[in-house]
Amino acid sequence: MINKNLSGRKRVIILVFSIVAIVFVVKLFFLQVVDQSYKLSSQNNVLRYITQYPARGKIYDRNGILMVYNEAAFDLLVVPQQVKKMDTSAFCRLLDIDQEIFSERLHKAKSYSRYRPSVFLEQITKEDYGYIAEKLYQFPGFYFQARTLRHYPQPIAAHVLGDVGEVNRANIDKDSYYKTGDYIGKSGIERFYEKDMRGHKGLKIVMVDVYNREKGSFQDGRYDTMPVSGSDLIMGLDAELQAYGEALMQGKTGSVVAIEPATGEILSLITSPSFDPNLLVGRIRGENYNKLQHDSLKPLINRAISGSYPPGSTFKMVNALVALQSGAITENTRFSCQGKLSRPIRCTHDHNSPLALLEAMENSCNPYFWNTFRSTLNNPKFPNHKDAYDFWFKLLGNMGLGHPFNTDIPFELSGNIPSRDYYDKLYRGSWNALTVRSLSIGQGEILLTPLQLANLAAIFSNQGFYYPPHLIRAIKNDTSYHSPFTEKIETGIDAKHFEIVKQSMLDVFEGDHGTARYYKIDSIRAAGKTGTVQNPHGEDHSMFIAFAPYDEPQIAIAVVVENAGYGSTWAAPIASLMMEKYLKGCSTRKALEKRMMEANFHQKTKKP
Amino acid sequence: MIGAPNRIAKIDWISLVLYLSLMLIGWVMIYSAVYDEDHSNIFDLSQRYGKQLLWIVLALLLGFIVLLIDAKFFNALAIPIYILVMLMLVGVLLFGSTIAGSKSWFQIGGFAIQPAEFAKFATALALANYLGKLNRDMQKWQTQAIAFLIISLPALLILAQYDTGSAIVFGVFILVLYREGMSGAILVIGMIAAALFLITLYTDKYYVIIGLVVLFGLLLFFIKRNKSTILKLVSLLLIVSAFIFSVDYVFENVLEAHQKTRINVLLGLETDLMGAGYNVNQSKIAIGSGGLTGKGFLQGTQTKYNFVPEQSTDFIFCTVGEEYGFVGSTAVIVLYLMLFIRMILLAERQRSSFSRIYGYGITAVMFFHFAINIGMTIGLVPVIGIPLPFLSYGGSSLWAFSLMFFVFLKQDANRLNIL
Repeated sequence: MINKNLSGRKRVIILVFSIVAIVFVVKLFFLQVVDQSYKLSSQNNVLRYITQYPARGKIYDRNGILMVYNEAAFDLLVVPQQVKKMDTSAFCRLLDIDQEIFSERLHKAKSYSRYRPSVFLEQITKEDYGYIAEKLYQFPGFYFQARTLRHYPQPIAAHVLGDVGEVNRANIDKDSYYKTGDYIGKSGIERFYEKDMRGHKGLKIVMVDVYNREKGSFQDGRYDTMPVSGSDLIMGLDAELQAYGEALMQGKTGSVVAIEPATGEILSLITSPSFDPNLLVGRIRGENYNKLQHDSLKPLINRAISGSYPPGSTFKMVNALVALQSGAITENTRFSCQGKLSRPIRCTHDHNSPLALLEAMENSCNPYFWNTFRSTLNNPKFPNHKDAYDFWFKLLGNMGLGHPFNTDIPFELSGNIPSRDYYDKLYRGSWNALTVRSLSIGQGEILLTPLQLANLAAIFSNQGFYYPPHLIRAIKNDTSYHSPFTEKIETGIDAKHFEIVKQSMLDVFEGDHGTARYYKIDSIRAAGKTGTVQNPHGEDHSMFIAFAPYDEPQIAIAVVVENAGYGSTWAAPIASLMMEKYLKGCSTRKALEKRMMEANFHQKTKKP
Repeated sequence: MIGAPNRIAKIDWISLVLYLSLMLIGWVMIYSAVYDEDHSNIFDLSQRYGKQLLWIVLALLLGFIVLLIDAKFFNALAIPIYILVMLMLVGVLLFGSTIAGSKSWFQIGGFAIQPAEFAKFATALALANYLGKLNRDMQKWQTQAIAFLIISLPALLILAQYDTGSAIVFGVFILVLYREGMSGAILVIGMIAAALFLITLYTDKYYVIIGLVVLFGLLLFFIKRNKSTILKLVSLLLIVSAFIFSVDYVFENVLEAHQKTRINVLLGLETDLMGAGYNVNQSKIAIGSGGLTGKGFLQGTQTKYNFVPEQSTDFIFCTVGEEYGFVGSTAVIVLYLMLFIRMILLAERQRSSFSRIYGYGITAVMFFHFAINIGMTIGLVPVIGIPLPFLSYGGSSLWAFSLMFFVFLKQDANRLNIL
């Protein structure tokens, strides 16, 4: 053997071994003790935070009829990593989708994560679910996840109830409660009462393996929370009346609003044309929304709160009340009328002259109300006509005109009552009663929504006060809830001034020449006022406001039928049928009912 | 002749206890790694932990038999064993089954045996036999050439099976050659070559060459400038440049795509946490999340829920790291270091060259497996699929390492009988 001192080389080799071991220990020290990020990564790997969706609150009508509830629907999820070779064409047939959509969705899911589930197909109905679930075992990697969809047993009140859709970026930024894919009320009651109806989400933390299979709850569910269901709401709306009104309004453009005068609860809020709320649910939502949006009749617009109409003759009573309250006239004040020769506004009616207030209202005499309005503005009680105009403006505001009620109806418009400033700007400060004479007969810049019109009827029936019209009266099983919209609002007009207004309205039904005398309700005395509103875009709008029973009013109503002609021909009979339905439960005038329901103005309406 | 009890009494108990400890730790780690609630019995033979226990028992039986065999037997039969294993390596190329991309398995019934595992044993024997002969001079180029041949023949055959990991292991026999007298320069050259390799991959090869030219130019100012030194420097520069170009060539044209990716991932030139980098990333998460003292027995979520691939075989160290933390991992590393140092010391006390060289050979192989395997799980070394000795699940590797170990133990027990 040649080697002499080679055994010293063992030290080099032991040194090499030791250096490697030390390097490992140092690296492990940084990996395990210094760097904390791996703990987080390991949790991210294994913990899945599963949201437990609460049941959204249901909605009932005033008689306990269920209007909206939740129905189970299913999202089909995919975990791309678990998808095996499969018969894609059979799968596409099963789901009724194109091959292209299949590969596109699968690709999207893959680019999100190969190991975590993503939604492959949304909101599959209960019926389809049963059928698909049976065969799903052939397609590993696909799972169902239960969601809920809104369901409407009756296809009515779409605008009142509103709709529910997925949250958008803005919703999430505004309220951290929401996560992508969550639902939120987009309109109507669903929107306004979102916080009451959504409930509270629960959270379940589970551990999963690399294939995302559940392996049990994290720390025996110590950090899990249960979901809390949303509150069920009870509306003031009468479902039967709403359905009846929608039937009467079919084929017409317009609106019917009915209010309970003693509470401000809305009994029906009808806009026409409308749509079946079930159309805006689930997978069909997007397509249907698009269709409705492009419909030339604009069914998505809620005309009851955003349709703005000149009130026409129905407004004369408002002017009369302001004049009476300011002392500009008394009920015995007489003005003369020269019929068609009257200036600045002519009269279209044939009646005695001069005439007093009651007669003027019954005959809807334009010159009388021009004189009334002029007297109001030129009332010597006020320093000048502009201050008098302010008084007029203020009382109108007290009656809920020119501003929204701001109750529980989202997207309500304010109509329009021109202010003094508006005219000052328009006429550079130089204007008087003559300049704004159209206001005297409810034309010109004045615009009212059907809701404001119905509320006017309620004010007349209450003789001077109202409760803000609102939709929800109570929360089920929550006696502590009180609607914040039940505060009585005084208009500042004395009750006694309403006597003559009410009398004139009674005569519309009961008088020998009343414009609604053919639509008297058997054994019930009703009061009303027709309006025929000139409309530059086509035929006149037919308008009617009313309340009944006369002595103990239970319903105040406004009806607007666009481009239908005289108020007495369409709006009045519809209002009469509605009141009868509400007060008696059914109508005895089947022929009238049939004629109203079958009338179709949509051919007459000018399409843009 | 000495009686059997005596033969066993003389074995080195320190290394045996270290060996047994590592093997038992491995068994418990495998239990944790593939734990199945439906089969929670650690002796359940349908599960890997049950099977591993069976392999352990068989390995010990094998060891016991080895201890009973005459110590001279292995030296005498070193060359025949080597030839037999080489034939098996050729055979596996022709008749073997492919498992996980490597055509390196003999399928016998339900078992799969990997001759490559035993090739390390055979090579250690053959090398010890050859270099252990009297008057063998490591300085002679003939000796070096034959030694390299003994080492590279199995390495090439295994490389032909597409089992690059196992083939690389044979490189570690250089340590043995160094111990037996080959110039230490080879280790230094090896390290410089490795450094140049990495620098070339990190940067462009032309920058490296420009850098070297500048370096050599500067050197010229500090040394005696005569014809021969300048000539030497220039030729050295040319050799190094050739090396750099060949590194680039090998990397681009010889390495398989997945091997290139593994190296790039390690160097941080490529991040692909869902693909090639997935294993190492999940492995580091497992070990890193263990913290100082670990998550506890069966509490490792990374391993229990299969986030780490190959967790019972190549990535078994993850389970140690995750469930026993820094303390546990360090303990295992210290156990290995103790075993290796003990084996070196045992090798040095041998009277016969054969025993010493064999001892160095198998220690070097075990060390290399240890270094590559743990280095891989903590992201210091590219992913090379070789098992951690005594800990990883699997019969072939456990038996091969046990066989190596017990043959050495037998040599050591018999050392005093050699004159």
